[in-house]
Amino acid sequence: MDLILIALLVLGITGLVAALLLYGIAQKFKVEEDPRIDLVQEVLPGANCGGCGFAGCRALAEACVKATSLDGLLCPVGGAPTMEKVGAILGMEAVAADPKVAVVRCNGVCEARPRTSEYDGVRSCRIEHSLYVGETACPFGCLGCGDCVAACQFGALSMDPKTGLPVVDEEKCTACGKCVKACPRNIIELRKKGPKGRRMVVECVNKDKGAVARKACLNACIGCAKCQKECAFDAITVENNVAYIDPEKCRLCRKCEAVCPTGAIHAVNFPPRPAKPAESAAKPAATTVQNTPSNPNTPIEKPIEKKEEQA
Amino acid sequence: MKTFRIGGVHPHDNKIYSAHQPITECPLPEKAIIPLVQHIGAPAQPVVEKGQKVKVGELLAKAGGFVSANIHSPFSGTITKIDSTIDAWGMRMPAIFMDVEGNEWLETIDRTPDVIREFNLEPKEIIDRIAEAGIVGLGGACFPTQVKLMPPPGKKAEVLVVNGVECEPYLTCDHQLLLEHGEEIMIGIQLLMRALNIQKAVIGIEMNKPDAIARMQELAAKTLGVEVCPLKLKYPQGGEKQLIDACIGRQVPSGALPIEVGAVVDNVATIYAVYEAVQKHKPLISRVMTVTGKSLKKPGNYLVRFGTPLSQVVELAGGVPEDTGKIIGGGPMMGRAMTNIDMPANKRTSGLLFLPEAESRRVEPENCIRCGKCVSACPMGLEPYLLAKQAELQMWDEMEQHDVMDCIDCGCCLFTCPSHRPLLDYIRMGKAQVGGIIRARQAAQKK
Amino acid sequence: MNKLIVAPAPHVHSGDSVRRNMLLVIVALLPAYIMSVVAFGWGALITACISIAACVLFEWLIAKYILKTQPTIGDCSAILTGLLLAFNLPSNLPWWIVVIGALLAIGVGKMSFGGLGQNPFNPALVGRVFLLISFPVQMTTWPRPLSFAGSYVDAETGATPLAAMKQIVKNGQSDMVSQLPDLWDAFIGRMGGSLGEVCALALLVGGVFLICMRVITWHIPVSILATMALFACIGCPEGMTAGQYVAYTLLTGGAMLGAFFMATDYVTSPMTAWGKIIFGIGIGFIVMVIRTWGAYPEGMSFAILIMNAVTPLLNMYIRPKRFGEKKK
Repeated sequence: MDLILIALLVLGITGLVAALLLYGIAQKFKVEEDPRIDLVQEVLPGANCGGCGFAGCRALAEACVKATSLDGLLCPVGGAPTMEKVGAILGMEAVAADPKVAVVRCNGVCEARPRTSEYDGVRSCRIEHSLYVGETACPFGCLGCGDCVAACQFGALSMDPKTGLPVVDEEKCTACGKCVKACPRNIIELRKKGPKGRRMVVECVNKDKGAVARKACLNACIGCAKCQKECAFDAITVENNVAYIDPEKCRLCRKCEAVCPTGAIHAVNFPPRPAKPAESAAKPAATTVQNTPSNPNTPIEKPIEKKEEQA
Repeated sequence: MKTFRIGGVHPHDNKIYSAHQPITECPLPEKAIIPLVQHIGAPAQPVVEKGQKVKVGELLAKAGGFVSANIHSPFSGTITKIDSTIDAWGMRMPAIFMDVEGNEWLETIDRTPDVIREFNLEPKEIIDRIAEAGIVGLGGACFPTQVKLMPPPGKKAEVLVVNGVECEPYLTCDHQLLLEHGEEIMIGIQLLMRALNIQKAVIGIEMNKPDAIARMQELAAKTLGVEVCPLKLKYPQGGEKQLIDACIGRQVPSGALPIEVGAVVDNVATIYAVYEAVQKHKPLISRVMTVTGKSLKKPGNYLVRFGTPLSQVVELAGGVPEDTGKIIGGGPMMGRAMTNIDMPANKRTSGLLFLPEAESRRVEPENCIRCGKCVSACPMGLEPYLLAKQAELQMWDEMEQHDVMDCIDCGCCLFTCPSHRPLLDYIRMGKAQVGGIIRARQAAQKK
Repeated sequence: MNKLIVAPAPHVHSGDSVRRNMLLVIVALLPAYIMSVVAFGWGALITACISIAACVLFEWLIAKYILKTQPTIGDCSAILTGLLLAFNLPSNLPWWIVVIGALLAIGVGKMSFGGLGQNPFNPALVGRVFLLISFPVQMTTWPRPLSFAGSYVDAETGATPLAAMKQIVKNGQSDMVSQLPDLWDAFIGRMGGSLGEVCALALLVGGVFLICMRVITWHIPVSILATMALFACIGCPEGMTAGQYVAYTLLTGGAMLGAFFMATDYVTSPMTAWGKIIFGIGIGFIVMVIRTWGAYPEGMSFAILIMNAVTPLLNMYIRPKRFGEKKK
């Protein structure tokens, strides 16, 4: 009996002394911090993705607490709702920002972009890119090794084995920008999501002259500038033989899509067009399916090489 | 027998296919494309115009900076355009296109086969002629030769180390050059010694070329200050730092150039070009390249003028073999696999190797078993397994701490890895990243 | 002609493979195994077969059904683990103990860390030490060699020379010297002990073969044996000459097996030459400490496991000499 008592006493006293010591030391070396940092950090997603431009969620929280206005501070993952909560904690107005989404600007699907060699090194875009042009002849297009998929922390990217291109899951994409940095060819862009997710995108970044680009890939933008002329809102610029649609100016009229001879312009998330016999034959699929360039073999009526000089 | 002290591997040398094949001149093409980037550094600036007629040896493009080189016309004919062309890796490069007409040379060039032994030039004159002739290191790096001959202030060259090692498997062009033009090379060595104002030169030759060693020893006996250093067979003995270590026992410190230990290294092919430029007034317009492979019909050493399509050289060697899986520009350890052979020959192309498909594919990698073979094989004393892992995890700072910038891309680690891990792929990628970070930091410090 | 293949340099390979290395080690172990079959008969044969079969089976099962990866038994590492485990067991061990040892070796020692290349400890030794602690009686009942009479369970058993040495060293019983086997007998394996450790000659032949084939380097075995010899020279007990003691130290117990085959395991030994030497010295020292002052007569397994734990540290701090590095 005594033995048990002594053991209990010794253990208890040791524990008590240790606890007191720990408490004392913790109090002595406590770092004074603005308690609001913890509060802000709690409403942040906690993914530490760095999409905001800071080292992690804690760093963003510190920056928010220090800042005098929330202008320019945005958690791309949580978006506006999160920033509103942050604003509520700090007593500041959250600045509204358009939600963005990652967009893969390459539609060089397997059928349109024939393989000219076989890559046998590490499956890494960065390494393949530093070695050579890639398995196809397009020096600008997607390499298909999936560096972006590996970089995405939210599981929003996946490779489509049929097209060999990455697909963005818009529900999951938080526009943190990791994939943009991971892509050695700068194909992925963060674009405004657009009303109901609708937007017009030139899914090609090939800067070669039309003939060369066309030879490498049937779906390439050849810089013919037809879309530029068609656009009534000055939203399209053609530079370095490649067109770009400014999401701020685009009014989603879809005229450019219709004139594009190679099908490089894609209308995303639009409802299918009412079936008109002539037009629906030209582009049935690309209008309905978002992001997946599924219609590589769009027939092209006439050669377009003559136009390339304009660019 | 000497060799370098750290690491190294012993790949099968496979030189038997093209060894001792006499140097054969490749016929002139009808159309030629002369790239403006045939060297390290800025592209050369064209000085000719569309439609202009040029003779062999005429200046086509001037060096575009301090580290750059002149480019001369390898053919006579008409310039058709100055545009960009696609190299064997699908990348654009600026080039001069010409139609070849006849074979008319500049009168100043001595085309006789006579060996001209006498020279009476000042060092400055020799260096000027080398620069004018557009000579670059033909061993592979293509660093402009004249830059090496002008040591920075405070540094003094003591020894000229001549690279006749040719440690890459399969390649035999330097070997054949030593056999056929040993005497000219010896004169070239004396020219360089004069230019550098030094009295000592060492020729490093690996012992798998006994005839070349004997030939050069015989010639060196008659020449003051030149000695032949037979070296044990070990890859990468032809690496600049390894060669200096092997021949004169000095190790170039990390990040420094050979001049730090008083050495200047030049390849035998470069030295032959120096001889031709100085003694014969012939600019660098052609080089000897090895076209080889196990199933090639006529592997051999071919004298090719720059601008000749490689496919034409291959025709001469019997055409592309049926079973080809990989075509490599250069040797199998450091050469680059090409996507086509339409590219023109240039100062960089030291060889063309056709690997059969059965040997072309890599073996599926397994887990690292931490055997440490890559560590003992690395000639720079690095830890490839660690660097590769760090690169995979994008730990750039750690890579820098572990001296990734010392890596010479020799490929010993990947060659020796029993698990077939793609060590060098990752290390090379990491090196590029770390290099970028270091340059950015230096630029920021300057500001 | 098909599409050309493009990959970064180098485009040739030495032809070395994990499988080749494992097979060479197995080949190098064969002479010792043959000697052990000669010495212990059926027991050696059955124990080794059970151990190997169990190791391969467990690796396959765990990889397939627990880790859900492609089983990698093709690299022969499980066979080697099984063989090495058997080498460390007495030949008369009941079969179910061998199977438990194999399960521990493969399951806990190797696969729980993620398979080949990931394990911090030598799997065979993990299995062996587990058995040694769990079944101390069975694990230290050594059959006498060359006693072919009867089945393997009932074979005549007796103490190992190391147990005798322990008494000499620890208790100063110099009269035990007469119990030690003849030096020549110890060299060719006519003494009690684990299945594979008895014949120093055969192990030496195998070890030299491995060094010649460049499967292992000399650093680890030489530094282990040299450290043990040096320690024995200094700590020679009464009743023996220093030479005798050194010879017994090196020839008995697991010294040879441990130095050439167990400590040199790629995965659990350091990468650099100096790292390997320090690793070897550490093992040699710990073995001798355990043999001289510890509770067990033999400490090779413990010594190697302890130094296995130090290996990551050695890899981190002992860097190879860089090219052109100035001497400090």
